[in-house]
Amino acid sequence: MDSIPVVCFTGQVPTHLIGSDAFQEADTTGITRPCTKHNYLVRDVNDLARIIHEAFYVAKSGRPGPVVIDVPKDVQFKKGRYVGPANVEHRTYRPQTKGDSRAIQHAVEMMAAAKRPAFYTGGGVINAGPKASKLLRELVRLTGFPITSTLMGLGAFPASDPQWLGMVGMHGTYEANLSMNRCDLMINIGARFDDRVTGRLDAFSPNSKKIHVDIDASSFNKTVKCDVPILGDAAEILAEMVAAWKALGKKNDPAAMKAWDAQVGEWRARKSLGYRHSDEVIKPQYAIERLYQLTKDRKTFVTTEVGQHQMWAAQHFHFEEPNRWMTSGGLGTMGYGVPAAVGVQVAHPDALVIDIAGEASVQMTIQEISTAIQYRLPVKIFILNNEYMGMVRQWQQLLHGGRYSHSYSEALPDFVKLAEAYGAVGIRATTPAELDAKILEMINTDRPVIFDCVVDKTENCFPMIPSGAAHDEMILADAQDQPGVTEAGRQMV
Amino acid sequence: MMVTDPNAPKSAYFLVEEKQAVITTTLAVIVDNEPGVLARVVGLFSGRGYNIESLTVAETDHQKHTSRITIVTSGTRDVITQIKAQLGRLVPVHRVVDLNVDKPGIEREMALVKVAGEGDRRVEALRLSDAFRARVIDTTHTSFVFELTGAPSKIDAFVDLMKPLGLIEVSRTGVVAIARGAEAM
Repeated sequence: MDSIPVVCFTGQVPTHLIGSDAFQEADTTGITRPCTKHNYLVRDVNDLARIIHEAFYVAKSGRPGPVVIDVPKDVQFKKGRYVGPANVEHRTYRPQTKGDSRAIQHAVEMMAAAKRPAFYTGGGVINAGPKASKLLRELVRLTGFPITSTLMGLGAFPASDPQWLGMVGMHGTYEANLSMNRCDLMINIGARFDDRVTGRLDAFSPNSKKIHVDIDASSFNKTVKCDVPILGDAAEILAEMVAAWKALGKKNDPAAMKAWDAQVGEWRARKSLGYRHSDEVIKPQYAIERLYQLTKDRKTFVTTEVGQHQMWAAQHFHFEEPNRWMTSGGLGTMGYGVPAAVGVQVAHPDALVIDIAGEASVQMTIQEISTAIQYRLPVKIFILNNEYMGMVRQWQQLLHGGRYSHSYSEALPDFVKLAEAYGAVGIRATTPAELDAKILEMINTDRPVIFDCVVDKTENCFPMIPSGAAHDEMILADAQDQPGVTEAGRQMV
Repeated sequence: MMVTDPNAPKSAYFLVEEKQAVITTTLAVIVDNEPGVLARVVGLFSGRGYNIESLTVAETDHQKHTSRITIVTSGTRDVITQIKAQLGRLVPVHRVVDLNVDKPGIEREMALVKVAGEGDRRVEALRLSDAFRARVIDTTHTSFVFELTGAPSKIDAFVDLMKPLGLIEVSRTGVVAIARGAEAM
């Protein structure tokens, strides 16, 4: 779902034993068929080179995705003839990358006529390469429209830009969600109208025309009807859009744009990411804010696990560049962060790689610390430790009438000692006063670090659109003070 | 603003889709004839909850090793569009053509129908098979096996008529379809 190109090699029993329930035999291609883009079982060593080149081609082109190559043991032992990648061409798979010029022209004209336009971009822009992000920035600045992005698209547009609205969706900002709800033209580039973004479908941006740029034809009209679908690669289409926009004579009505900007400004002034600071306990939002402030001038890569910490990271850690933010979006798999951080550190040995984690998620794959130690990878595991599976607890509180079950962890390891046991460095921060010094200590340690950041146990992640609600039905952190909140409504959540 | 309607669903999982008219259509899918390709197509249908009413498959080009899969499916217009797009995403799929919408097509199905009976019932079965232009491909003193080709509705009608005359067993191929006119799909 997150369209990440991955090629996996798996080992299989010898070809003559396949199907005989041999020792450690599993139908790997059968098991992985529904969760991969494609998979191969190599039956002949002479196919191996071609299949590997094909697999990389399939994984990277079109809408990227994971590809599995299952290699039986006898094939692993055999010698075969190598074929270079130049001689390999996939027989059927040729995704369309160039967008329909007429549709692009039409889209650009709609953009110029819009009174309340907004960009909604996704991971597709990042997957289309750095050029796509550059072109997106150019187009957004040329048009002057506000822009929001999905969780997967963070970094394609710089968060410091005044046109940036913050993230959209269930835990997105007030201004981003209201802009989606009230716009008259939505320009979706490389996002897929996921239910965490749209909320209640029949109330999702009810009065807008929608332009949808996507490399995957099955994304069009899947959940949200679009008026102008444009199939192709985001970079190629953005380049054409920029050219068409520049060539266009008449642009948006200045009075309407001014009114729209003023409206967006009013929503921004709501400061939906605000929280009540405390001098006694570390608020998780504050921890992320300080982490951001102390690392923003470095080449920093952030991975996350899944849960509240992930949403706080998306809200309070601001990204200026694409590919600096690695997170599990569509499937939301806890345990993604540590191995992802290890991989990122291998690719960028000199960079600061931080896994922003929760104490529950991190334990899914914490054994990969040993990989980090073995390969001298100085990854930093920054755990927001609230002793709860916080997002589960939040839903139990808000949606299940406070019936808390299996979301509290009483028997947690001592993460500092655990770090030391692995041969890493353990650091713990328990008060806001000591946080900065401890974070700096972590940054300046040239070894793997597990940072146990002990935070407020019951903080909830706001703003939040309850599942099944509309964008203009957000709950804000200080909802109690907000006019228009009825008792019935609060119970409803 | 907050949710105030007490009947509003608490979670998106309880939202009910709007009802659209369900249509039936026939898709012709050209695929590479490689191991697992049928499992990919069938898995797509079961995984995403689409219907399969009939499915036939055979290699149609022995040089290029391509197979033609004919699928009869039903769903709302939006679902059918999704099915076509989802099939198009599969790596070994060359083409997907809707033989109702993209191009008008003709559909045929073959059935082997075993009927056992004696006396008048046997005579009547044979007389009806003649009316349906079915061929007798096996016979004993007490039974016939008929071979019948036609639109699925014709086969349904024949099978219904055979029921009181001693119908024993039916084997059907499923629908195959091809576009009308001179052009290839």
